[in-house]
Amino acid sequence: MTAVNNILLELSGVGKRFGGLAALSDVALHIRRGEIYGLIGPNGAGKTTLFNVVTGLYQLDEGRFTFDGVAYSRCKPHVLAQAGIARTFQNIRLFANMSALENVMVGRHLRTRSGIWGALTRNAAARAEERAITQRARELLRYVGIARPPQTLAKHLSYGEQRRLEIARALATEPKLLALDEPAAGMNATETENLKALLQTIRSDGITVLLIEHDVKLIMGLCDRVAVLDYGKKIAEGVPQEVRRNPAVIAAYLGGEATETPRPPGEG
Amino acid sequence: MPDFLRHDKHRAWLAFAALAIVLLALPFATDALLGRGWVRIADFALLYIMLALGLNIVVGYAGLLDLGYVAFFAVGAYCYALLGSPQFGLHLPLWAVLPMGALLACLFGVLLGAPTLRLRGDYLAIVTLGFGEIIRIFLNNLNAPFNLTNGPQGINMIDPLRIGGFSFGSTHEILGITFPSVHLHYYLFLAFTLGVIFVSLRLQDSRIGRAWMAIREDEVAAEAMGINTRNIKLLAFAMGATFGGAAGGLFAGFQGFVSPESFGLTESVMILCMVVLGGMGNIGGVVLGGVLLVLLPEALRNGAGPMQQALFGKTLVDPESLRMLLFGLALIVVMLVRPAGLWPSTRRRRELIAEDGVAQQEQDTVYDSSK
Amino acid sequence: MQGSVYALVALGYTMVYGILGLINFAHGEVVMVGAMVALSVSQVLLGMGWPIMLVLPLSLLAAMLVCMVLGYGIERVAYRRLRNAPRLAPLITAIGVSIVLQNLAMIFWGREYHAFPAMLPNGTHTFGGAVINEVQIIIVLVALAMMAGLLLLVHRTRLGRAMRAVAENPSAAALMGVDINGVIAVTFMLGSALAAVAGIMVSANYGIVHYYMGSILGLKAFTAAVLGGIGNLRGAMLGGLLLGLIESLGAGYISDLSGGFFGSNYQDVFAFFVLIAVLVFRPSGLLGERVAERA
Repeated sequence: MTAVNNILLELSGVGKRFGGLAALSDVALHIRRGEIYGLIGPNGAGKTTLFNVVTGLYQLDEGRFTFDGVAYSRCKPHVLAQAGIARTFQNIRLFANMSALENVMVGRHLRTRSGIWGALTRNAAARAEERAITQRARELLRYVGIARPPQTLAKHLSYGEQRRLEIARALATEPKLLALDEPAAGMNATETENLKALLQTIRSDGITVLLIEHDVKLIMGLCDRVAVLDYGKKIAEGVPQEVRRNPAVIAAYLGGEATETPRPPGEG
Repeated sequence: MPDFLRHDKHRAWLAFAALAIVLLALPFATDALLGRGWVRIADFALLYIMLALGLNIVVGYAGLLDLGYVAFFAVGAYCYALLGSPQFGLHLPLWAVLPMGALLACLFGVLLGAPTLRLRGDYLAIVTLGFGEIIRIFLNNLNAPFNLTNGPQGINMIDPLRIGGFSFGSTHEILGITFPSVHLHYYLFLAFTLGVIFVSLRLQDSRIGRAWMAIREDEVAAEAMGINTRNIKLLAFAMGATFGGAAGGLFAGFQGFVSPESFGLTESVMILCMVVLGGMGNIGGVVLGGVLLVLLPEALRNGAGPMQQALFGKTLVDPESLRMLLFGLALIVVMLVRPAGLWPSTRRRRELIAEDGVAQQEQDTVYDSSK
Repeated sequence: MQGSVYALVALGYTMVYGILGLINFAHGEVVMVGAMVALSVSQVLLGMGWPIMLVLPLSLLAAMLVCMVLGYGIERVAYRRLRNAPRLAPLITAIGVSIVLQNLAMIFWGREYHAFPAMLPNGTHTFGGAVINEVQIIIVLVALAMMAGLLLLVHRTRLGRAMRAVAENPSAAALMGVDINGVIAVTFMLGSALAAVAGIMVSANYGIVHYYMGSILGLKAFTAAVLGGIGNLRGAMLGGLLLGLIESLGAGYISDLSGGFFGSNYQDVFAFFVLIAVLVFRPSGLLGERVAERA
């Protein structure tokens, strides 16, 4: 692969406004294939907005981004999912009244084909596909470490399991880039360690990971590179150790040293 | 399949056999016990059940509130009427007209749905309501300058339903048993209804059915997972419309007469009521709702009128308004007390009834308008 | 110009939607009930020989009172329990309420068209080819007054602040000590009182009252509200007037344009086409939505 192909996602000049407020302005960054890339910053910095732009939930106002060699400016979420970006949500958006298995099976929709005809006739191809979907979904549930019976309703799972289920569902879409919005929020130390191990496994399976996080320890121990947003602008990008010492970054987090800060409430 | 049947193959087969016998013998039993008029009512009941099942795909599976569903019924009915009556002097056979009516309804469904399905739930409801009204107004007025629909008078002398030489409009003798026309229609409609039920069941447990459910649960998340929500919703809409159109054709052939009056907002609401009252998304519930809501007016007509005469000496409330009044009350009461319907699917019950201990998502407005 | 009539009814719709996020489907029927009550009261009083000067305000008052009680009742019974339910639920009950009201009205007042007693000045004036009725002028004035009153209320009073707080974030408002139930009840009652006024004005305009009048009127008023921007009070005014204009022009020209194919009996269809067009091309309406920003 040439050096150019090494870059999976590249943003240039990306801007997004809401009314008079510039949630993002002139954001440029690039994510290389196979790396774990962190996106950090104080509350309200625009991290989730950036996520939403890159996954098609928001349409950007300026600039563009390139994913896997294809340029996008305004796009619908399912097109980007098709291209290989899958995400989880900060507030967990599972299909609450569907079982854990069904949630992951929905993730397979994108890469499968049977339609009305298959549904009505249940021909051999449709049945085979259905079996494959179910099997892959079970595998993914095991992969992320959900021990409960697969028929358990999503809303009956524990918080940590729900977070992992969302990851499983996203993985079912066979993404090239897995975008996680605060996956460790609300987790204790053990759960966070397990999450870290899971993400490293995902990375070693060839999937690039982009994550928003507040947990500094996790970022330090996991991410290859990190970008810092503040008031919609990128103020630093690089290896976590360097970024951590960057005075602008320290100042952005309300002065004082950027140590293991307790998790701030909510997110802007 | 209801849980108590799932686990015991024997019991399931016995139940089905019993049901089959009851269904097959029903017209004759009804005829003997209640009179032929009630067999005719059963025929209408089956038609409305078909419609309710069609709407169930739209409302129950995909979660799209359609208040103008009767428009597709009308399109199918008028298509049949125009192609099989003295109106244009055409008398096309059933196997041509029925699919054409269904396809035409499907087309209207796609035309209506394409621009509007992305709207919020309540906006979609009003838009579909408007569409239903538009169709009715057009049907009522397209008798000038050239006569397409014969306006408010409607089209009559429509050809009866015919397969090959076998006409459902006349009495036949088969295997020594006399089958009057109403009985024949019963079996025909029963066959169609079973077909619609079959299709609904297959769709429910399929990749498409799952996609509909996902959209209903959380459309944003569904789209983020790669589901082309617009197309999938359109699919539900189009399927519902197709069934409506097919039922419309059967209706026209059965009744022999169509007029804009049969296709108003009242009918749309009644069909919606069947789905909601019976159990959204649950086929058994929808059938139950259909049966109840067709039988009720008849019970009222035969019961309430004379009862009021006996009690008050005159009819205070005519059965028609009483019927609609009860429909309205039923809608309110069901939503308040048993929102998942009389016979809900277990899944719907979970959705619509808040569980203790399961955290509710915080809402942005008093009435959650994010769905 | 029946546009002013639409504006009048639209104001009520838009206010409730702006604060609660709920399309009160039954709003049109409340208008109708207001008209019916005014009809009965005025018929009785006029029949007893009371002067118009007294009958008009009394029937107005009676209508407003009944409608306010009705509005409160509807919210309390049909909507309150469904605040946490999925979207479909309050919409369905609203339809149910609408049907119940319509049929109750049909039972009480019968199916006939009733003549509304003429209590407002009825002269006509001609402005450059357009004939305008004094009643219509009064309606426009009343609508403007209502709009001004509402704007004042929402932006300058404590209650208005509470309403806006509930509109933005009901959970936070409750935590800040705002009586949510109270505010919602007041909102509905206010909307219903406005509906009563609208009902009387509408009846005065058309001269007749009918149990079905709320239905179509409600739909068109909703279209007007959406056209102007749902939740936006000025938008309701603008939307109503604009819709009326579109309808009259459309009805007038459609026959010419289509060579007699479509006559003026297609007038009602215009409102629906406008609705679909607005929702497809400019869903936030002409003046923009005023509902809480969704995350």
